[in-house]
Amino acid sequence: METAETDCADTSLSRPTGGTMDDIVQDFLIESGENLDRLDQELVQLETHPSSKELLASIFRTIHTIKGSCGFLGFARLEKVAHSGENLLSRLRDGDLKLTEELTGGLLAMVDAVRRMLADIQTTGEDGVEDHCELLERMKALSQVQPEVKMLVKPGIDSSGQIGTSLPLADGNLRSTEPSERNQIAERPVGMVTSVLPTGENGQAMPASGAVREPEVVTDPVRIGVNLLDRLMNLVGELVLARNQLMQFSLRSPDAGLQTISQRMNLIAAELQEQVMKTRMQPISNIWSKFPRTVRDLAHSCGKQVCLEMEGQDTELDRTIIEAIKDPLTHLVRNSVDHGFEAPEARQRAGKEAAGRLRLRAYHEGGQVNIEISDDGAGLNADRIRKKAVERSLIAAEQAARLAEGDVFNLIFLPGFSTAEKVTNVSGRGVGMDVVKTNVEKIGGMVDVTSKAGVGTTVRIKLPLTLAIIPALLVSCRGERFAIPQAGLTELVRLEADEAAKGIEMVHGVPVYRLRGRLLPLVYLSKELRLDPQGTDSEGRDAAINIAVLQADDRQFGLVVDEINDSEEIVVKPLRRQLKAVKAFAGSTIMGDGRVALILDVLGLAQRASVITEAREHGLGEKSAALRGTARAKRRYLLFKGPHGSRMAMPLDILTRLEELPSADVEKAGKQWVAQYRGEILPLVNLDFALEERRQTRREDSKLREDESDAPLQVLVCDHEGRNVGLVVEQILDIIEDAAELKYPASRPGILYSTVIDERVTELIDIPAILHAAGIGSAEVAAHFAKSAEAH
Amino acid sequence: MHQTSQFCTFYLDQLLFGVDLKEVQEVIRELPMTPVPLAPAVVSGLMNLRGQLVTALDLRQRLELGPGEPGVQPMNVVVRSPDGAVSLLVDEIGDVVEVEEATFERPPETLQGKVRSMILGVHKLDARLLHVLDVEKACEVGENFAAAASSQ
Repeated sequence: METAETDCADTSLSRPTGGTMDDIVQDFLIESGENLDRLDQELVQLETHPSSKELLASIFRTIHTIKGSCGFLGFARLEKVAHSGENLLSRLRDGDLKLTEELTGGLLAMVDAVRRMLADIQTTGEDGVEDHCELLERMKALSQVQPEVKMLVKPGIDSSGQIGTSLPLADGNLRSTEPSERNQIAERPVGMVTSVLPTGENGQAMPASGAVREPEVVTDPVRIGVNLLDRLMNLVGELVLARNQLMQFSLRSPDAGLQTISQRMNLIAAELQEQVMKTRMQPISNIWSKFPRTVRDLAHSCGKQVCLEMEGQDTELDRTIIEAIKDPLTHLVRNSVDHGFEAPEARQRAGKEAAGRLRLRAYHEGGQVNIEISDDGAGLNADRIRKKAVERSLIAAEQAARLAEGDVFNLIFLPGFSTAEKVTNVSGRGVGMDVVKTNVEKIGGMVDVTSKAGVGTTVRIKLPLTLAIIPALLVSCRGERFAIPQAGLTELVRLEADEAAKGIEMVHGVPVYRLRGRLLPLVYLSKELRLDPQGTDSEGRDAAINIAVLQADDRQFGLVVDEINDSEEIVVKPLRRQLKAVKAFAGSTIMGDGRVALILDVLGLAQRASVITEAREHGLGEKSAALRGTARAKRRYLLFKGPHGSRMAMPLDILTRLEELPSADVEKAGKQWVAQYRGEILPLVNLDFALEERRQTRREDSKLREDESDAPLQVLVCDHEGRNVGLVVEQILDIIEDAAELKYPASRPGILYSTVIDERVTELIDIPAILHAAGIGSAEVAAHFAKSAEAH
Repeated sequence: MHQTSQFCTFYLDQLLFGVDLKEVQEVIRELPMTPVPLAPAVVSGLMNLRGQLVTALDLRQRLELGPGEPGVQPMNVVVRSPDGAVSLLVDEIGDVVEVEEATFERPPETLQGKVRSMILGVHKLDARLLHVLDVEKACEVGENFAAAASSQ
């Protein structure tokens, strides 16, 4: 310890002084950081290809460069550690040692130690206080393995006795770094470091700056600060705007010369914009390059064998997106290794190779980037997930049982879900998958999981290419222009004045539009953004209506705007702090005429309009929307009067339509009441009878309703297993939004539970159970109806 | 040798205000403005200043001075705030004045309320008082608004 300190004191005296010192250290840190990343990869590769001379040479060079630089800069501790690694490597290269798992482990530990010290240098300017005795001892022990190992060297490696000469480095240089000699290097004056540098083509390999360059580097990438790139990007945006104005001006001018110039300007600006945009793009390998090491370490600590395959490493993404998905991706990869794969013995028993295959794949498709993480492990266990979700009261048992397998898998994205039986230091803390989902969705992406028992699991992530320039639809409302990101846009509907008057209906005062048979809630942009002056409320029911159908989370809603203008690629500019609190906007952009337009945040807008609730992170997906109520999210219900005036409710999302059918339209097919409805036969179920107690049995030949009045029937048309079924109720009351937190057990069949809504006891009906009791819903009945339909 | 500082001055409701010249990016006439629905009333809108997105704040409203005279086109004093450029809408632009530190005085205790935090003090000029605006505080609209929204 004492010697280490004196070492440090000595060398710090010999450090170059002056203002350039910080720059040199900074360069050294950046360069070493990159070198270490490469080392990680190469060491893991070396494990699988132990005979590769090129790899060994490259690793040796990298360590050597780091050692040389830190000797020059006076980081004695760092130099010592790097030196121990170099020692080991040189013995490896000379064939004295054979690469073993312990050896790789030792080298990786050395890389980690170096990385820690670099971090220390970054923060404190010194290479830490740790003396790394243990590591140095370990390295020393590793390098003193018996020479008999050499006998075990495979014939293929035998020829590597000649490695020294076949290396791209000059032989003499390598020989000069024999272990015995190199032990003294640390004590040599700093200037001497030059003598162990590879000379190669340029004899003066040590530039004055102290940065050690590899002789074979041909292309020379330049490091540019991100700020500068952003600034460039802004300036180009500005240039494009100036160009637009010039173009408009030149069109009005009779001067042919000006027009020619502005045309050229136009082309150049477009080209420039494209190229500058490219500077924002980075290959996904920037994240992936860390994975071989991650997977190796994790597999070792879990006692598993994993072989990592990567495809599409060149796939480029905007760097902001790269930054945003780094953690989610790492988490997914760790998850796969930790939970996805079985132990080697179990794999072999299952007839698989002992080593699991973890496959990463990235590719472009339809203007989006797809990333797949698949393993050939045991797959997700649907029953276990069901059980766990119920245990953690994330969903109710009966709902869990009813979920399709595909939807069950999506339960793992619920907050607080984890099936890990033991908490490891990698995963199993109950956070993770929900964070993955939230993070991916935050940048406009989607995540989905598929799995097959015994075959494996695949997680798919879909991401936008860039967040900086997005395709958007421009709309206007009350004279203001707004941009809607195309990603959230499903379709456009235009209703002419007469259609609009008929097409827009009210569900208790809430406007809806029937889009291909489903109710689409309508949101008026002018109302939502309070664009109309106080007091006036012009919903413009007499004019044509433009609806942009938007997708927010798993719900659709129609945004009513005054005009739909055009679609355009827009440059997104984030909103300032003063406006961050306004959730309805995702940002702003500058239009061709130089004015600012606001970009609508589809999710935020939907939340504002209560189309979806704030608790959307708890959501799962359209198919499993039935889970929402129990995920303690607020949910919308239709309230109606059931038998004997009791208050009942059903979730709004399974409701297709509300109908009023004239009682004359009701017919009887067999024992079932039906009505012809939109070209199909709609089976009708009277809730009065369906909910009667068993012993009274169904009065099958009875009337559909008790009073023989001619008043029209109130029918709730529900979607049940892909077909419509009509529930006849007394009266439709209201649509309410409620968390339905208090649940009381059902007192009779056909009811899921009772709860208190609006301070009144309300029964939540169990549609499948009711339909089942009424003899509808099973496949046979459906077939029966199909037959009777033919008979008609 | 007296300590002096330079102020860019402007008028608001007959009062003379000044901001440190070093904090001013530029002074411009009107620019097309895009109103931001749902934003705090103090935010007049967004402007495109040569590709730079600028939030315009109605300084009259910020300082609780009541609405300006109709028909008068406000001027933009574009200042650098920690969160990018912000334009302060003012009635009229004055001169750049140089004042001595000695003429400065803290606002009187009788000046109370929200406004007090935005006025650093006054310089006693020959004919009138120059109110020194705390640019950073004046631009802190987001937090107040967010806090107000969350407390509701």
